[in-house]
Amino acid sequence: MALPVPPPASPPKAGGLVAWIYKRLPVEEFIREQATGYYAPKNFNIWYFFGSLALVVLVLQLATGIFLTMFYKPGEATSFDSVEFIMREVQWGWLIRYMHSTGASVFFIVVYLHMFRSMMYGSYKAPRELLWLIGMLVYLALMAEAFFGYVLPWGNMSFWGAQVIVNLFGTIPLIGPDLVLWIRGDYGIADATLGRFFALHVAAVPLAILLLVVLHLVALRHAGSNNPDGIEIKERVGADGHPLDGIPFHPYYTVKDVVGIGVMLVLLAIVVFFVPSFGGLFLEAPNFEPANPLSTPEHIAPVWYFTPYYAILRAVPDQRLGALLMFLAVALFVFLPWLDRSPVKSMRYRGMLSRGALAMFAVSFVALGYLGLQPAEGLYVILARIFAVGYFAYFILMPWYSRIDKVKPVPERVVFHEHE
Amino acid sequence: MNMNRRALIVACVLASGVAAAATEPAPGAGADWMTWRAADDVTNLASLQRGARNFMGYCLGCHSLKYERYSRLGIDLGLTPQELQQYLIPPGDKPADYILTTMPAGDAATWFGKTPPDLSLMARARGADYLYQFLKTFYVDASKPTGADNLRLPVTAMPAVLSELEGLKRAVFRDEQEMTADGKTMTVHVFDHFEQIAPGRMSAVQYDAFVHDTVNFLDYVGEPTQAERRALGIWVVLFLLVFTWLAWLLKQQYWKDVH
Repeated sequence: MALPVPPPASPPKAGGLVAWIYKRLPVEEFIREQATGYYAPKNFNIWYFFGSLALVVLVLQLATGIFLTMFYKPGEATSFDSVEFIMREVQWGWLIRYMHSTGASVFFIVVYLHMFRSMMYGSYKAPRELLWLIGMLVYLALMAEAFFGYVLPWGNMSFWGAQVIVNLFGTIPLIGPDLVLWIRGDYGIADATLGRFFALHVAAVPLAILLLVVLHLVALRHAGSNNPDGIEIKERVGADGHPLDGIPFHPYYTVKDVVGIGVMLVLLAIVVFFVPSFGGLFLEAPNFEPANPLSTPEHIAPVWYFTPYYAILRAVPDQRLGALLMFLAVALFVFLPWLDRSPVKSMRYRGMLSRGALAMFAVSFVALGYLGLQPAEGLYVILARIFAVGYFAYFILMPWYSRIDKVKPVPERVVFHEHE
Repeated sequence: MNMNRRALIVACVLASGVAAAATEPAPGAGADWMTWRAADDVTNLASLQRGARNFMGYCLGCHSLKYERYSRLGIDLGLTPQELQQYLIPPGDKPADYILTTMPAGDAATWFGKTPPDLSLMARARGADYLYQFLKTFYVDASKPTGADNLRLPVTAMPAVLSELEGLKRAVFRDEQEMTADGKTMTVHVFDHFEQIAPGRMSAVQYDAFVHDTVNFLDYVGEPTQAERRALGIWVVLFLLVFTWLAWLLKQQYWKDVH
């Protein structure tokens, strides 16, 4: 199979500005390495949109965030008022703010689907373990970023949510209480806390995320993308030296990703313009009341993207053990490349054990997310315990079930359905 | 909106006083109060204008809208500066001022036990339905310091200031046996229905309309840009749909080459 090779771009005019720049900066090499000369498997399906979508949301959050900092004023006396000022009196402030608040939730939707894709097709397995680990660091940084950002509007749920999350660090033996004091910078969630959370949210963590995302992309380009069949396309190379099942990332995947970006922006716009609070899931009603240390909201619940972990925390009667299991629930992802003993990558060629375990994990994750939004009482707690067991079983039993699972033979070439 | 129609609304809405009327029995007697809906519509300018008038007349004495300026009201509610000045701005305030009560916060705390809350965001924090139910479920209760209580917010510090319009209601409770968690039965008072015991200046229907307009206005104040947001959103979504469709066509063209 030979792709029609696009005509080479005409070389820049000698003596022109472009030629002058090209001589001093490896622009051409960069484009070739990252886009036109990077061969990606041709059988990507819908699950492969979410990486580029995450990048788009990152840019959206950075751009809207920069504009928000122009009017936002961190401080106990100013935070809440300045957000309302943005919503009411700053030109297009409401649009920027809703894009940012909706973007935070979209970021997690996209990242969760991106991670699930990797778990489905074994993308974390060799030679992509480091790619997965860097991705996990991005996820951790993103959770920190979202938490700090959630506190900044200084609504009552911001305040009490911060109270609950920061106090979790107090359960660490010996250093806990001092650690909490160090994080808050005061004896309660207060002005000092807002100031440092603002600095971390707008400078420190975004810089870390940017650096990690660059590393993530470098590792991806180096190891090459996995695909729904879990076949290493580099192992079958054509006469031209390129993988037989690969196509240049640009223009084929850039033009395809633009379609995905369009779909995501349609959905984002529907939320931003018609249901920005999203029924209290993206913006919670108690957060329209200013932070009040004397008035606890009826139910304290974090935003939906943290609720699976929150449900695990509350399912355990002992607070310290609960906090430990909650942190473990996040940390276990890191070990996936070594827990998975299956000889094949993709679920397409794995047996019922692996498929069932992954389905159990997905159901447990979503169910825990729902339960974390409900009050911790009665049946909800019992269900949370059952699903927490399902969640952990996926990881802990993996070395066993992935080894004894019956696998199907993996084809030599990827499965690809041609466009008409 | 054309000028004639707007002027007509303004004239009807703002110039009319609150009509006095004979009392009628309250419909439904209130047993289903938890299902009452505010049926708010922030594109209904006439309703918003009436609601603003109601607010200035009956709420501003104690409650502020500290994030909203009078001038903003004028623009969003379709009023000329003259109409704004004449009907909505209290003497002494300027159009660019925020809508603030003149009641001193310290005194208010002494009088009511707490400072009456700012209402700018109350519709977003509690919901329009909550406000509607709150304003419709005051009843006489001599055991309370204010002489009244409320079904939506029991032991509220707010007196039944609108009873002048609504009249006075008595709440009739019935006793029910309820199982507690440890298996004992206990008697609980359950609200059964309202009885009108004194007429107000409004009929039940008029008072209901009054509350609808006022809550609608508070819904608008909660997010003044919401009507603009929805109107603009249709165009943004349409544009993005066309863009996505074109992008898809382009993608199909490119991918024809991939075998």
